[in-house]
Amino acid sequence: MATAAHTDPGFQDCRNAWVAALEQLAEADPRIVAVVNDSVGSSKLGSFQKKFPDRLINVGIAEQVMVGIGAGLANGGRIPFVSAASCFITGRALEQIKADIAYASFNVKLVGQSSGVAYGELGATHHSIEDFAWLRPLTNLTVIVPADAWETAEAVKWAAAHEGPVYLRLSRMPVPDLDIPNRSFRPGQAEVVRQGDDLAIIACGTTVHLAAAAATRLASRDIAARVLNFSTLNPLDEAALHAAAATGAIVTVEEASVRGGLGGAVAEFTSAHRPVPVERVGFPGFLPTGSTDWLFEEHGLSAEGIEAAALRALRRKG
Amino acid sequence: MLTNDKVPLIREKALWMRRTAFTMVHRAQLGHPGGDFSAMDILATLYFGVMNYDPKRPDWAGRDRFVMSKGHATGALYSALCAAGYFPEEWLPTYMQPKSLLNGHPNRNYLPGVETNTGPLGHGFPVATGIAIAGQLSGASYRTFVLTGDGEQQEGSNWEAAMVAGHRKLSHLTLIIDRNRLQQGAGTEETSGLDPLDEKYRAFGWEVFEVDGHDPAALLALLSAEPGGKPRCVIANTVKGKGVSFMEGVASWHHGVPNAAQYEQAMKELV
Repeated sequence: MATAAHTDPGFQDCRNAWVAALEQLAEADPRIVAVVNDSVGSSKLGSFQKKFPDRLINVGIAEQVMVGIGAGLANGGRIPFVSAASCFITGRALEQIKADIAYASFNVKLVGQSSGVAYGELGATHHSIEDFAWLRPLTNLTVIVPADAWETAEAVKWAAAHEGPVYLRLSRMPVPDLDIPNRSFRPGQAEVVRQGDDLAIIACGTTVHLAAAAATRLASRDIAARVLNFSTLNPLDEAALHAAAATGAIVTVEEASVRGGLGGAVAEFTSAHRPVPVERVGFPGFLPTGSTDWLFEEHGLSAEGIEAAALRALRRKG
Repeated sequence: MLTNDKVPLIREKALWMRRTAFTMVHRAQLGHPGGDFSAMDILATLYFGVMNYDPKRPDWAGRDRFVMSKGHATGALYSALCAAGYFPEEWLPTYMQPKSLLNGHPNRNYLPGVETNTGPLGHGFPVATGIAIAGQLSGASYRTFVLTGDGEQQEGSNWEAAMVAGHRKLSHLTLIIDRNRLQQGAGTEETSGLDPLDEKYRAFGWEVFEVDGHDPAALLALLSAEPGGKPRCVIANTVKGKGVSFMEGVASWHHGVPNAAQYEQAMKELV
């Protein structure tokens, strides 16, 4: 099984699921519009633009007004999907997200594209590994990090139907569909990818399939790891966290900074309710340039790296 | 009603709003009375001469919108919304008290009539631009008015909005700049100069007008004129603290608050 590779031919670019879902929704609901910062191509919205030329609002390279316009469109009765590279929409327009969208509680869907280290070689300016920490305290903003193409489409559909602000964090790096029978998308609830009671591996986004692969490796050591797809970062599924802490050891895995993201959230929760060892797998801070795959491998975002973190957590379990 | 017949009502409301706002600020010992008072005649003209709205249906889709981008001027905004019938006078004394609906900066989730949450500067204008785009997309006839401070124009987000609105020819959007020439600590021109604002907005594709921001007849004529083919920028020349002798043109009244003697004197002047 591939570890960190995003090049497996069976893997899918979730952006295709995003645009297919959005176009389908827009056919049915004229209120749906897209707002971009000249990011038609990177948001894969070329076909949307052809089908709905008036409903693709390109504000130019101007993220602050892009997000503000999203709030205004919602005031005027539209359902805007505001889409841009996640490093820019969350970093450049953070105060607009806070004040105009979350605090003002406008029905706007923010879509962060090419998140994490998808732009690996472009360097830390284009990495979006801080967005979880920036957005998680915005209590009114639902934050969803789909793990695969299926969940991406479901999250887009749910966001359109949900009345309230949402941040969807998408990736451009291909991932496999998770092997879970009879799935249904439940925002705010962690999805069990694999059962196990020796420890819990809590992952989100592009790292969930790696966590599943790590659990397979752990099974050969007779270690039963529970794997959770923690796709809703805000609000937290506290019941799932209680249950995860009950295993006695937790590993968190995210394509994000280990400061203030999923790992931070889990550590906050466990320290308050049930202190257990928490090993956080992710990025330590500004990263060197390098391919996405290299950055993943280098920072333990691989089946082997997550397995090693699990063994560390189990040693600390006591 | 002929347009000018509305002027006495606007003057009467503006006076009530000034007395009300100053009473709120005095009671709370908090607020931004200088900027409240420079904007007061503009708000009174909009709410009592220009805008089409129904306080009983604050979410009515066809309403004209007013966005208070200079969100700190809640003395002006809340006294206008109260006078317009959005909420009862009994709420006014709660201004800035714990859990009051009359927050230091407006919150649309608490208070009917507030179109968007503002406070950090340079936010209301982009949101108003989005409201105007929504109207343009659906061919709606409603108009969107947004008031920024003049110092607020130093925020870059405004110029992003100016560019988008000019490019999209948002004819139903009117930006009013409260040109009192003072920001919180000093004059705008000595801080980071704005002039010539008119030429800047013309270059961005706007129709630009200048007006005495304390002349309701002139404001009324300008703001109620039919939309043209471009967004409209109204540079309203105003006086910070207008209407109270000791506040007029004094930067420190940006967030100054009156003592008992000052409050009494202001109430004597505001008649």
